[in-house]
Amino acid sequence: MTDCRYPVRYRISSRVEETHDTVTLTLEPADDPIAAFRPGQFTMLYSFGVGEIPISVSGLPGGPSLTHTIRSVGAVSASLCAARPGQVIGVRGPFGTTWDDADAAGRDLLLVAGGIGLAPLRPALLSALAQPARYRRIILLAGARSPAELVFAAEYDQWRERGAEVGITVDKADASWPGQVGVVTQLIGRANLDPAGTTALICGPEVMMRITARALTGAGLPSPSVWISLERNMQCGIAECGHCQLGPLLLCRDGPVVNFGVAEPLIAVREL
Amino acid sequence: MNDVGAELASHPFAAGLTQSQLDRLAAITSSIEVQAGTRLFEEDGQATSLWLIRTGQIALDLHVPGRDRLIVETLGPGDELGLSWLLPPARWKFGAVAQVDVSAFELSSAAVTGLCESDHELGYQLTWRLLGTAIGRLQAARIRILDLYAPPSPTAGSSS
Repeated sequence: MTDCRYPVRYRISSRVEETHDTVTLTLEPADDPIAAFRPGQFTMLYSFGVGEIPISVSGLPGGPSLTHTIRSVGAVSASLCAARPGQVIGVRGPFGTTWDDADAAGRDLLLVAGGIGLAPLRPALLSALAQPARYRRIILLAGARSPAELVFAAEYDQWRERGAEVGITVDKADASWPGQVGVVTQLIGRANLDPAGTTALICGPEVMMRITARALTGAGLPSPSVWISLERNMQCGIAECGHCQLGPLLLCRDGPVVNFGVAEPLIAVREL
Repeated sequence: MNDVGAELASHPFAAGLTQSQLDRLAAITSSIEVQAGTRLFEEDGQATSLWLIRTGQIALDLHVPGRDRLIVETLGPGDELGLSWLLPPARWKFGAVAQVDVSAFELSSAAVTGLCESDHELGYQLTWRLLGTAIGRLQAARIRILDLYAPPSPTAGSSS
């Protein structure tokens, strides 16, 4: 087992441009790999000489390779997005809680994603599609800024063919867009949900998650059936430095996946 | 109850209405099918109908000179289409086109208004539902204005 305080070298084996500012990197271990991850967990990706940032795993669990989807929003993420196959980066982890905690077996599994929030949900979706008999329905509702900013767009039809009900909506589009236009919460009313039998996993900007979670609880889902993925200033990943504190939680250990019943009173506090 | 009434009862708009109210609403409701590509109305046309969408998808759009039409919002199963007749000058603010084949209930705005004036309790029920739709769309529009999926502002100071 590797020591997750120190980065393990991984080599980039493929790089896919999802959008103008987002890429998906597949990594293969150059040293002993990090421990196996579960859907929802994150790693700290280290662009040597630039810095380290938390990025959720966006690929299927199992096997030594890792898949991460990264949006260029600052110095480190820009460096990682610009990295090319063959380049070596550092990886620490995996860290944090997992979507597994939401155990939706025998129920309807609803995933609601906003923007690049689809990346941390993708492992949960792919895991569910690998064993569809575990769920009554698998529903994905995803929103993005525009059609050009949809991530994993090439996979939506495959997910539908494998049994998922996929609803995609964007904030802005012209008449060439055949899909839906509006906020992702508007898709909830059209999904014909069974509130008592649905487990919801939500990932996206925190405001989007708050609005979506409240829309779901307003539609009758109990808070314990709703899970969100929270992020603060993740640094150490091992609940030592305290940078990612949210009230009583250290999100690198107690998150990123947090039950909405726990998170709701915390994210309503401006000072947190 | 006629066939339309039985089908209308399953639409979210009718949820909570009494049987008597449902019967009165069904009496002014017709069931229609709209082919993909059919334009139901154009911006600034006279607003004379309310539709309750059963299946399919309708785009509300706006013509912008020199550009393709912009889609303002799409509406789907369970949604209502057409609120502009509620208040003067009763003209459509956007256009509407069926993006796929659509089935819907159609109600004449004059008949709905007449029903509301003759039966204030039913009028309250219908107005309450349409107000809920208007509030929901206002809140959704406000959320979209926030542009939540935009890149973080450079002033946020993130180095990530």
